[in-house]
Amino acid sequence: MAVMTKNIEEIQNEIIDEFDLLDGDRESTIFYIMELGQDLPAIDESDKVDENIIKGCQSKVWLTTDFVDGHVIFNADSNTDITKGLISLLIRVLNNRTPQEIINADLFFFDKIGMNGVIGSQRSNGFASMIKQMKFYALAYSAKS
Amino acid sequence: MIDVEQLRKEFPILSTEVNGHALIYFDNAATNQKPKVVVDALQEYYDGYNSNVHRGAHTLADKATKAFEETRTLLQEFINAGKSEEVILTKGTTEGINLVAQTYGRMVLNEGDIVLVSTMEHHSNIVPWQLIAKEKGASVLPIPVSEEGEIIFEEYEKLLSEKVKIVAVNHASNALGTINPVEDIIQKAHAIGAKVLIDGAQSAAHLTVDVQAMDCDFFVTSAHKMFGPTGMGFLYGKEELLNAMPPFLGGGEMIKEVSFDGTTFNELPYKFEAGTPNIADTIAFGVAVQFINKWGKENIAAHEKALLDYATEKLKKEVPTAKIYGEAQNKVSVLSFVIENIHNYDIGMMLDARGIAVRTGHHCTQPLMARYGLEGTVRASFSAYNTFEEVDKFIEGLVRIVKMFG
Repeated sequence: MAVMTKNIEEIQNEIIDEFDLLDGDRESTIFYIMELGQDLPAIDESDKVDENIIKGCQSKVWLTTDFVDGHVIFNADSNTDITKGLISLLIRVLNNRTPQEIINADLFFFDKIGMNGVIGSQRSNGFASMIKQMKFYALAYSAKS
Repeated sequence: MIDVEQLRKEFPILSTEVNGHALIYFDNAATNQKPKVVVDALQEYYDGYNSNVHRGAHTLADKATKAFEETRTLLQEFINAGKSEEVILTKGTTEGINLVAQTYGRMVLNEGDIVLVSTMEHHSNIVPWQLIAKEKGASVLPIPVSEEGEIIFEEYEKLLSEKVKIVAVNHASNALGTINPVEDIIQKAHAIGAKVLIDGAQSAAHLTVDVQAMDCDFFVTSAHKMFGPTGMGFLYGKEELLNAMPPFLGGGEMIKEVSFDGTTFNELPYKFEAGTPNIADTIAFGVAVQFINKWGKENIAAHEKALLDYATEKLKKEVPTAKIYGEAQNKVSVLSFVIENIHNYDIGMMLDARGIAVRTGHHCTQPLMARYGLEGTVRASFSAYNTFEEVDKFIEGLVRIVKMFG
C-alpha cells in the first residue's frame, strides 16, 4: 500500500503531472483516459444492477463499496471505456480513505487538467454525479462508524 | 453531377476547424448546415423589413407578408400539394405530429381503436400518439421490422383491421436510413379506411416528395434538415381533413370573430397558425427551398447515394469488426454501425478529437434499438457538401481507433 503514503492532494498533483505530458492534445488525452479505463478491473456481473447505477451519467456507471478497517473501498465499472477511465481517476484519489477524508476532499485535478473542455458538459455533469455518489457513501459510512 | 467544391463555398462553416482539424460534418441527419443565403435572409428581414404579418396597413407589413406567404407557395410546389392552404407552418416535425394527434387523433380515436406506427419510428412519431391514445382508451401498436431494417409488409397487412384509424410511419428512417414503401403502405391503409401521416423529416431534402401521387393524408417535416433554420417546419394535410379538424392552439390570427358568446375560427391555413408566427425563419425556410431547387434534389440525392455506397463498401472492407445496422435495398445517406468491443460514445468522442462530427446513441429510436438488442450505434449521415476525401479520413479515423482499442 505504498500509494497510500500519498495524501489526496499529492495524488491529484501526480495526475495533473501525467496529463501535462500529453501537452493538451485532445486525441492523446482521450486515448489515455480510455487506456486507464481498460486497466480498471471489471466488477462482478451480479453487481451490475440498477441500485448500483450512478444517476445523472449519460453512460451506465456502477459503483459498489466496502468498508474495511475504517476505510472506504470503491469498485466501479461502466459500459464505456472513457467513463471507466474517468471514474478510475476518482478511485485512485479517493480509494481506501477514511470517510472524513473523502467528505472533506477538495477535488481540483479535474479542472486543472482541463477535462471539462475535452469531455464536454454532459459528461462533466456525469463526473460531478460520480463525486457526489462517492461522497454520499462516505457520509453513510461515517454515520455508521 | 454536383460541383461539390462550388457548393461547399456556400457554407461558411465548412471552412472552419474543430479541435485543430478541418471540420468533417457527418451529422446531417440530426441537422444539416446552412448556406450563407439562408443566414443572410434572416438578417435582411430583421435589418430591412421586420414587421408583423397579415395585419399592418403599412409598407413593411406588406413586404413581410409577401415574403412570408411566398414560402408557403414554395413549399406547396416543393411537395406538389394541390393548394397552398394545405401547407400549415409549424415549428417542426414534432409539432406537426402533435398537431395531428391532438386534433385529428382526438376527433377519430375511440376506445379500442388502434394507431399503427413502425418499430423504426423516431420517438416524436410514437409519443404524441401514445398521449392521445391513453386519453381515448386506444392503443399504439408497432409494425415489426426485419433484420435488414425493412418494414415486414405481411406483418403490416396482418395488423390492419377496422380498428386501425391512423397509420403513422416515416418516409425514411433516421437511425437506419431505410426508405419505406410509403405508397403501398398508404394504399393498404386507405383500403380499410385509415388515414396516414408520413414523417418526412429524413426525406424532404433527399427524396422527391409528391403528396398527391403518394396520396398521404398528412406529411410533416422540419426546415433545419433541409438547409433551413431550426424551430421551423410545416404540415401538409388534405384540405377536407384540415377543415374537419378542430383548432390546435388558440389565440390571435386563428380566429374569425371572438365574443364571449362564442368564437368562430379563421379559414385554412390560419386556423392552425395561432399567434405571431416565426416570420424570419419562415422567410429563410423559403430561401432554403430555393437553394435545394437551384442545386437540384436529384443531383443532391445522386451525390449522397454515391457517398453512402463508397462509405459502406469501405467500412466493410477496412473495419471488419464493424456491423452495419440498416441494410435495406433503398436507403437515404445514413450509415449506422457498431464496432466490437468499443462503445459508440467512445468512438464518437475519438472521432470528434479529429474534427469529425457523427451522432452516437439511440437516435431517439429506443424501441428500434431494443429490437436489435442495441444501446446505440454510431451514425454517419451525409449531405450534398460532403466529399469522398472526407469519407476516407473518417474510415482512417475508425481504423486507428480499432487498432488501439478494438
